[in-house]
Amino acid sequence: MSARIARISGSVVTCDHAELFAMGERAAVGHVGLVGEVIRLTAEYCYIQVYEDTTNLQAGEPVAPTQTPLMVELGPGLLTTIYDGIQRPLDVLREQSGAFILRGAEAKALSRDRQWLFEPLQEVGADLSGGALLGQVQETSAIVHKILVPPLVCGHLLKIANKGEYRLHEPIALVRKDNGQEQELYLYHHWPVRQKRPVNKRLTPDIPLITGQRIIDTLFPLAKGGTAAMPGGFGTGKTVTQHNLAKWCDADVIVYIGCGERGNEMTGVLSDFPKLADPRTGHPLIERTVMIANTSNMPVSAREASIYTGITIAEYFRDQGLDVALMADSTSRWAEALREISGRLEEMPAEEGFPAYLPTRTAEFYERAGKVQTLAGDSGSVTSIGAISPPGGDFSEPVTLHTQRFVRAYWVLDKALANARFFPAIHPLESYSEYGAELVSWWMQMSTHWQRDREELFNLLMEADELKGIVRIMGEDGLSDHQRRVLLAERVTKEGFLRQSAFNANDRYASPKKQAYLLQVIMQQVRALLGDTGTIEDARERFQLDGLIRLKDEIASDDADGILKWQDAP
Amino acid sequence: MSESLKEKRSDPIIYTQLECIEGPLVALLASLSGIGFGEAVQIVDRAGNVRHGRVALLDDKRVTIEVFQGTAGLAMGGERTRFLGRPITLNLDVSIIGRRLNGMGEPIDGGPPLAGEAREISGTVINPTARSYPDEFIQTGITGIDVMNALVRGQKLPIFSSSGLPHDRLAIQIAQQAKIRPDLSAAVGTGTSSEQELVVVFAAIGVKHDVAVRFSEEISGRTVSFLNLADDPVMERLLTPRMALTAAEYLAFDLGLHVLVILTDMTVYGEALREVATARGDVPSRKGYPGYLYSDLASIYERAGQIKGKKGSITQLPILTMPNNDITHPIADLTGYITEGQIVLSRDLSRQGLYPPLELLPSLSRLMGDGVGEGLTYADHMPLMEQLYAAYARAEEVRMMTRIVGEEDLSEIDRCYLRFAQLLEQRFLAQGFSEDRSIEQSLEMGWRCLGSLPAKELTRLSQDEIEQHRSMWEGADDVKAFTQEEDTGRE
Ligand SMILES: Nc1ncnc2c1ncn2[C@@H]1O[C@H](COP(=O)(O)OP(=O)(O)O)[C@@H](O)[C@H]1O
Ligand SMILES: [Mg+2]
Repeated sequence: MSARIARISGSVVTCDHAELFAMGERAAVGHVGLVGEVIRLTAEYCYIQVYEDTTNLQAGEPVAPTQTPLMVELGPGLLTTIYDGIQRPLDVLREQSGAFILRGAEAKALSRDRQWLFEPLQEVGADLSGGALLGQVQETSAIVHKILVPPLVCGHLLKIANKGEYRLHEPIALVRKDNGQEQELYLYHHWPVRQKRPVNKRLTPDIPLITGQRIIDTLFPLAKGGTAAMPGGFGTGKTVTQHNLAKWCDADVIVYIGCGERGNEMTGVLSDFPKLADPRTGHPLIERTVMIANTSNMPVSAREASIYTGITIAEYFRDQGLDVALMADSTSRWAEALREISGRLEEMPAEEGFPAYLPTRTAEFYERAGKVQTLAGDSGSVTSIGAISPPGGDFSEPVTLHTQRFVRAYWVLDKALANARFFPAIHPLESYSEYGAELVSWWMQMSTHWQRDREELFNLLMEADELKGIVRIMGEDGLSDHQRRVLLAERVTKEGFLRQSAFNANDRYASPKKQAYLLQVIMQQVRALLGDTGTIEDARERFQLDGLIRLKDEIASDDADGILKWQDAP
Repeated sequence: MSESLKEKRSDPIIYTQLECIEGPLVALLASLSGIGFGEAVQIVDRAGNVRHGRVALLDDKRVTIEVFQGTAGLAMGGERTRFLGRPITLNLDVSIIGRRLNGMGEPIDGGPPLAGEAREISGTVINPTARSYPDEFIQTGITGIDVMNALVRGQKLPIFSSSGLPHDRLAIQIAQQAKIRPDLSAAVGTGTSSEQELVVVFAAIGVKHDVAVRFSEEISGRTVSFLNLADDPVMERLLTPRMALTAAEYLAFDLGLHVLVILTDMTVYGEALREVATARGDVPSRKGYPGYLYSDLASIYERAGQIKGKKGSITQLPILTMPNNDITHPIADLTGYITEGQIVLSRDLSRQGLYPPLELLPSLSRLMGDGVGEGLTYADHMPLMEQLYAAYARAEEVRMMTRIVGEEDLSEIDRCYLRFAQLLEQRFLAQGFSEDRSIEQSLEMGWRCLGSLPAKELTRLSQDEIEQHRSMWEGADDVKAFTQEEDTGRE
C-alpha cells in the first residue's frame, strides 16, 4: 500500500492514503523524490508543500513518508557554508551539477569526508544532561565549536573519544540513558527546524549589539538578544544595511538569510566576506558566517522554510554560549511564500490574501530571538533583524504592521532620504528603539557626555523638523536668526554624524569610541553655534562646520582619539 | 521511471472530449497517466489550426490546460489534444542570430523552422555560488546614466516610463552605443572588439506594430527578435520573455557572447498574467494581481548575470510603462524590488522638451558602487555622483519652496541651487538622440555643473577632490555664459 499523487497545483501536491502521513512530516514526492513537507491532512488526502519545482511531476507517481520532520544538521562545517532554504550546500550542488541547480539534487548539509580535530572535555563516568559540554573543535580560525550533548538526551557517559581527528559519522561518545539504553553521540546531531531549542531561562538583553552604524548604535540601538525590523521601499537601503550589520556587528556568529531576494547579492556576500576582516578579531568575516540563500527565483516553499533553517542554526550556536546575529532579507518574501501556499490550499484569506495565521507565525519567529541562559548554564543570545519590503512603500500593510508589534527596535527607511543619496536612510524621527534606556550605562563608560549629547541631538532634530514645516509655507524669511541657526545645526549633525557611507573605507564601520567622540565634538560645536550672536553667514567659517562634517570620513576608528583634538577649536 | 516513460511515449496522446472551456482554460475529463505538470499541449481545432497550451493543473480526474492562443472558437467536441511529453521548449543553435520570431518562438521572417537542441523555456536557477559578481562598467554614452546610474555588464536595469515618453528611443540609443572600455580597466578581459560586441535579444510583449518595426530597423548588427504584438494572443505574452531569455542564455553561456536583452512592455506582461490568474480563480492580492506576481517576475529578471568560468553575459533592459505615472503600481513596484535599480523617466522634463528626460532622484543603479571608481572608471566617479545627487535633491527642495513663497524671498545660496539644477538638466542631462559621450566628457560636465555652487557647499567631496577639480569650473566658459544668461533672464 503506497500513496500516489492525486493532484498537482504548483508547489502543492496532494496524494491519497492520508493515514500514512503525519503533520509536518517530510515526504519524498514522485519518482525523483522531491523533498516535501506535509502541511494538511484530511480523511482522504494528504497535502504536501514541495521544496522544488514540480514541473514534469505526474499524477499517479508515488509519495513516500519518511517518519521524520523537516530537520537540519547541526555540527562543525556550518561556518563559511552557503545553503539553500532546506540546507542543501550550494557549493556541493555546484560540484555535482554545474552552474544551474537541477531538480531532485541531493547533498548532505555537513561533509562526511572532512576530519575535525576533537578535543574531549569530559571524563568517563560523568552524568550529563542535554546541552552539556562534551568537547570542542576549532572550526575556523574565528570560532571554537563546542560539541554538546543534544538537548533531549541525558545519561551516564560510558565512553568518550580521545583527542584526535574524527569525521562526522564516527561516534565520539557513548552514553547510557536513564531507561538503560545506550546511545552513541557524534560531532553533529539533527534538529527539527520548526521546533525551538530548549534553554534554561531567558535573560534581559542589556548589552548593546554594536553595529558600527552611528544612527543605529547611538539613536536606535539594538541589544544582544534583541529584535529589530527595518521596513523600506525598494532601493532605500535594506540590503546594504543588513550587509553592513553582518559585516561589522560584534556578534560571534552571523547567520545571513537571503530570503527571496537577488542571487547577485548572495554572490556579493560570498565574494566580499572572505576579503574583509572582523574589526575586533582580525579574522576574515566569512569565518564566522553561515549563509542561507533562497533567492527570489528558487522554489517558494523552500523560501518559507529558509527562515526556520536559519533560526535553528542560530539557536544551535547560541547554545554554545555564543552571541549570534541573524539577518533575514526579506521577511516580506517569507510572508508572501506563506500566502502563496495558503492560496494553493484554498484557505480563507484574511488581509490582502495573507492567511489568518500570519501574525502568529511572525511572533513565533521573533520569539526565537533572545538572550538566554543555555542548558549548560552559559549565557548566549540570538539577535534577529528582519527587513520588510512593503508593497508600494506603504507601511500600513499587514506584514509591516504585524512585525512592528513583535520587535523592539524599528528602523524606518525613508524614500526621500534614499533619493537624495543620504545613507543610511533611516528616518531619525519615525524610527525608535526600546533598548535605548537599558543601554545607557554601557555607553556612559565610553563618554560621560553621551546621554546628554544624545538627548540634545534628538531635541535638535525635532525642533528643526518643526521649523522646516514653517519654511515650507513662509520661506526662510519667516525665521528668526536663532531659528536659522537651528536649521544649520541640524544639517551639520545630519551630514556630519548621521550620514555614513558604506563605500567609505574610513567610515563604513565606526567603533563605539569614534561614535561617542564624534557625537561629543559635534554637539559641543552645535551648542556654541546655537548660543552665538554673530551673523549666520559667517558662522560656517567661524565654527569650521565644513571641517566638522568631513571629520567622519577623514578619521578612521583606529584614530578615534584624533577627533577630540577638535574640542579645542574656537 | 518517469523519464523512461516519457521516452517510450513517442506517440502523443490524443483525446477528443473537452469537459469545460472557461476564459483561457480548458479542462479534459480523463484519468490520464503519464502526463506531467507543466507539459506542453497542442490542441487542433475543427478548422485544423493548431493552438498551443500547457498543463496548468493536474489531478487524478482531470487535466486543466491554459491555451496560449485563447479559447475563442474552441468547442466541446471534435478537438484533438496532443500531449507532447515535455515542457515548452525552444530549438537553439547558432543560426538563431538574425532571426525574427513570433512570441511563441515560431519564425515569422519566412525562414526555415528553428533547428538545434530543444531547451525548456522556463529556465533553471543559477546557483548563487556559480554567479560572478557584475563589475564591468558599460559606457552607454548617456551622461545621466553613465555618471549617475552606471550600467554594468550582467545587470538587470529596467526603464520605468509612461505612455508617450521616449523610452523606446532611449533603449535603442543604449543598444546602439553601449560598449565596454577595455582601456579603462585592467579587470576587463581583453577580447577582440567583435567578441566585445553586444548581441541584442529583443522581446516585444504586446507592443504596437510600429514600435516593433522601429526596434528592428534601428538596432543594427546581431539581433534576435521575439515579437508578440498588441493584436497577438494575450496568453502568448507569458511565453515571450521566457523564449527570449532562453535564447539569450544559449548565446551567452553556450556561445560565450555578451547579450543585451530588451523586454518591452513588462506592464503588458503583468496584465496577461493577471488575466490568466483570474481565470484560474487564484486569490488576488494588490490590484487584482496574483500573490505570486513577485516570484513570477523574479523568474524572468533573475535570468540575467554572469557565470564563473563562462565568457558571455546577459544584461537586461526591461521597459515598463507605469499606469497613471504611478511608481507604486504593483508591476513597477515589484520590478523595483527585484531588479538592480531602475531608470525613471519624467513627464515634466519631457514636456520641457528635454531628452533623455531622466528623473534622477528615484533612479538608481545598485551595482554602480562595484562597477565604477579607481581601476574601473575613475576615482572621482562615485564622489561626484554623490555630490551631484545631494545638490540636486537640495535644489528640488528649493524649487518646491519657490512654488509657494516665490523666488524673491530666496537666500543667495538657494538661488545658486536653482541655477545648479537648471545647468544640470540643460547641459548635463540633455543630449542628442545619437550623441555618444565618453565617460570622460560626461564626468567633466558633471564637475562643471558643480561650479555653480560655492565650494563650501560641496561637503560630500573631500577638500582634495575640490582642489583637484577647481580648475574645471573656474575656466569653464559655458558655465559663466549660462549663469549670466540666467541672471539677465530674470531681471
Ligand atoms: N549605507 C549606505 N551607504 C552608501 N550607499 C548606500 C547605503 N545604503 C544603501 N545605499 C545605496 O542604495 C542602494 C540601494 O540599497 P539596497 O540596500 O539594495 O536597497 P533595498 O534592499 O532596500 O532595496 C545601494 O545600491 C547603494 O547604492
Ligand atoms: Mg534589498
